[in-house]
Amino acid sequence: MVKDQEYLKKTASFCIDLAKKLGATDSSAAVMHSLSETVNFRNRKLDESDRSDSLAVSLTIYIGKKKSSISSSNLNEENIKTLIERCIETTKITPEDEFNSLPDKELLVDKIIDLNLYDDDHIENDEKIEYLKEVEEAALQKKEIINTETGFSESKSNFILANSDGFLNGYKSSSFSASCVAVAKDSNGKMERDYEFTSTCHLHDMLRPKQIGTIAAKKTLQKLNPKKIESEKISIIFDRRISKGILSVLASAISASSIARGTSFLKDKINEEIFSTSINIFDKPNIVKGLGSRYFDSEGVKTEELKLVDQGVLKHYLVDTYNGKKLNLKSNGRSGGTSNLFFERGSISYKELLKLNQRALYITETIGHGSNLVTGDYSVGATGFMIENGIFKYPVSEITIAGNFNDIFKNITLADDLEFKYSTNAPTILIEGMVVAGK
Amino acid sequence: MIDFFTKTDLSRKDAENIISETLNDCDDGELYLENSKSESILLDDNKIKSLSYSSDLGYGLRAVTGEVIAYSHSNEISKKSLKQSANNLSSTLKSQKGIYNHEIPKTNEKLYKDINPIDEKSLQSKLELLKEVNNYTRAKGGIVQQVTASFAGEYKSIEIIRSGGEVLTDVRPLIRFNVSVMLEKNGKKETGVYGIGGRQSYDEYLKDDNWKNVCDEAFRIASVNLESKPAPAGEMKVVLGSGWPAILIHEAIGHGLEGDFNRKKTSAFHNLMGQRVASEGVTIIDDGTLHNRRGSLTIDDEGTPTEKTVLIENGILKNFMQDRLNARLMNTRSTGSGRRESYKHVVLPRMRNTMMLNGKYSQEEMIKSVDKGIFAVSFGGGQVDITSGKFVFNCTEAYEIINGKIGSPIKGATLIGDGPSILKEVSLVGNNMMLDPGIGTCGKAGQGVPVGVAQPSILIDKMTVGGTQL
Repeated sequence: MVKDQEYLKKTASFCIDLAKKLGATDSSAAVMHSLSETVNFRNRKLDESDRSDSLAVSLTIYIGKKKSSISSSNLNEENIKTLIERCIETTKITPEDEFNSLPDKELLVDKIIDLNLYDDDHIENDEKIEYLKEVEEAALQKKEIINTETGFSESKSNFILANSDGFLNGYKSSSFSASCVAVAKDSNGKMERDYEFTSTCHLHDMLRPKQIGTIAAKKTLQKLNPKKIESEKISIIFDRRISKGILSVLASAISASSIARGTSFLKDKINEEIFSTSINIFDKPNIVKGLGSRYFDSEGVKTEELKLVDQGVLKHYLVDTYNGKKLNLKSNGRSGGTSNLFFERGSISYKELLKLNQRALYITETIGHGSNLVTGDYSVGATGFMIENGIFKYPVSEITIAGNFNDIFKNITLADDLEFKYSTNAPTILIEGMVVAGK
Repeated sequence: MIDFFTKTDLSRKDAENIISETLNDCDDGELYLENSKSESILLDDNKIKSLSYSSDLGYGLRAVTGEVIAYSHSNEISKKSLKQSANNLSSTLKSQKGIYNHEIPKTNEKLYKDINPIDEKSLQSKLELLKEVNNYTRAKGGIVQQVTASFAGEYKSIEIIRSGGEVLTDVRPLIRFNVSVMLEKNGKKETGVYGIGGRQSYDEYLKDDNWKNVCDEAFRIASVNLESKPAPAGEMKVVLGSGWPAILIHEAIGHGLEGDFNRKKTSAFHNLMGQRVASEGVTIIDDGTLHNRRGSLTIDDEGTPTEKTVLIENGILKNFMQDRLNARLMNTRSTGSGRRESYKHVVLPRMRNTMMLNGKYSQEEMIKSVDKGIFAVSFGGGQVDITSGKFVFNCTEAYEIINGKIGSPIKGATLIGDGPSILKEVSLVGNNMMLDPGIGTCGKAGQGVPVGVAQPSILIDKMTVGGTQL
């Protein structure tokens, strides 16, 4: 069983009280416990079982405007005391920073509306195994599939956040996920790999095992016998697996920390048009059972829905207490980043989007870390499909795609197929004017 | 060394009994105990932005039979917790029977000192040094807009107890110093990053003001990028510089030669043992035995001493990197490559220091031989798809080569290639092999472990450069 709120509250309060006694003027503490059980299957055989029991405490101590932090997985009281003493000594010799402080009291969350983020259901490993067998059976229906690796993971966690201004709040959450990776071989012995997965807060919202296996196998087979294409400027379509990455880049570039440090290509772009006028982007923390939902941010500050981009115009940065004070902005509860971040759906269907150009390159996977947030330059390895007149023609691999986010943002068209599969979600996206490097 | 059995109701004898009972009918397994301490100090925007210290304690109990791994970890070292883990393992392996392999080679050689680098240098002196780093770098001129400098120190003490009571221990220090500089000139911004590190104390590592070289390098890379023009797109010749660009070898072929992917036949290399996979003259080793290096280990995380493993000799594939499980299933021996990020993770076969050895050509000869291509000197990260063999890495410093001469710097571009064929495109191997400065972290299955790489300059005849200029 995951440890209860009372136990976590007791530990957090112990840390806050002891820190105060030893000379802290302010402090905040987080105590987390998580329990998870995973079973992995490979080619119809049990491969691995993994049980994880993980407890941790982290504490930030302030002495005036001086600050330092400790964390530990050893909750023995004597060990905690030694660590807090060490932290106090460290804080004393750390230079002052005028922006160091706990969040403003009036911004802390006071009331919580249940978002149904915890499911008490437990699924035994034997049942997980039955589920995975079905996944593999479905994938192995295709004879070209030579290897399947599947996994089922269940996780329960609980945490408490406390600070010396009296904040003491936390909540349980649960996560269930299953995945299937399939490998297929073509007649020349060349292999390709693809996957499908499901990840939910509640056990009964998971995809059926057969769906996962069937989709993983289908996607893998589609990739066999890829071609390398000539270098050219061509319209790119990002599958939903990839399109959400554009929002992740936006989130990093508008974090108050990047803005305050001056290292973002979107610095000083607030209230400016950074996307085309048809684009709206939301960050909504209060979606029931949402994978990115939260009741407050990592400092205890209330989180409200933000329309980050309104008709193409950037309306908000993602503000935490420290960087907010630096930028003279109030925290909007985004310490720790975005919650459920998504593009408002577009107005044309997926099929119509594929047909908008006579030729387009449909990207299903990118590899590499090619986003430069200072300049906005983008260059990654990619695999996907050539599309002609809306029809998938052949798989493409060993190419790169490149551009600059300032241009990419202004040249996107959204389909209407938004779904909530991740915490950050986007519909299928068409981007004009990127360069593909191939032969 | 830390005694894991003080301050707990679990005695060493109890633990040994539980381990032996649990692992008796298994092929392999152990109790892995770990105590780690880490410190990170970050200076940014002219201020000490964060100062954190962490102390972590926990165990992982592992049982292996046939191809099945059962693993359970916790940070509560107690009789109750260990028994619960043991029950969990037994229920997974209930229908499997194995014969425990008691054999494990021993080593007397230590590759680094038993020190805790965090406490070897006072916090005050580390804070002062970061301030000095900041002042030194900012004094380089008004174009310096941002300086970030950090120290990261780690001390990890591990103990492995095997069935039958055999005990293996290791104490692993690790430090890292990093500087990032952002410059702005005529409205254009660029960054440069450089770092050094190894399994040593700060004072042994940061001697003779060598930290200044780190600041100089970060500033130089950013300055070069300020003058950069858009990169070309398409296939061309690529000269890779010596040292850190060996990340190419790590991504392109290193991962594909790890035992697990080959046992499972999901690596593009699984059926190429003994065959030619690289041009003649290309020899690649994975060496865990270099003193004080970031990727080195006295013993791996299963207790096997590390070694120098020849992967490719003169172009021919000779060995995979193995942990005990994959070695047993592939009928070979462990190469001391079994690693885990921490007690929270299962052991996987991983790289240590992956190196391409010297050939006979000079870098000048290579550049002279290229009519049109690029010279790539430094990289950010890389990634590989093991199954298709496709890999990428991102240039952070590169130049065009025109008619045998180095031309303008070009913007960061991704290079993409095919693992099993790229080493056949290596036409010249340089004579200037260099180790990387000690900064690599390799990610696999969600686990990050410190690694090293090395290579001389090499000429690759054909690779796709992912720029924007057609």
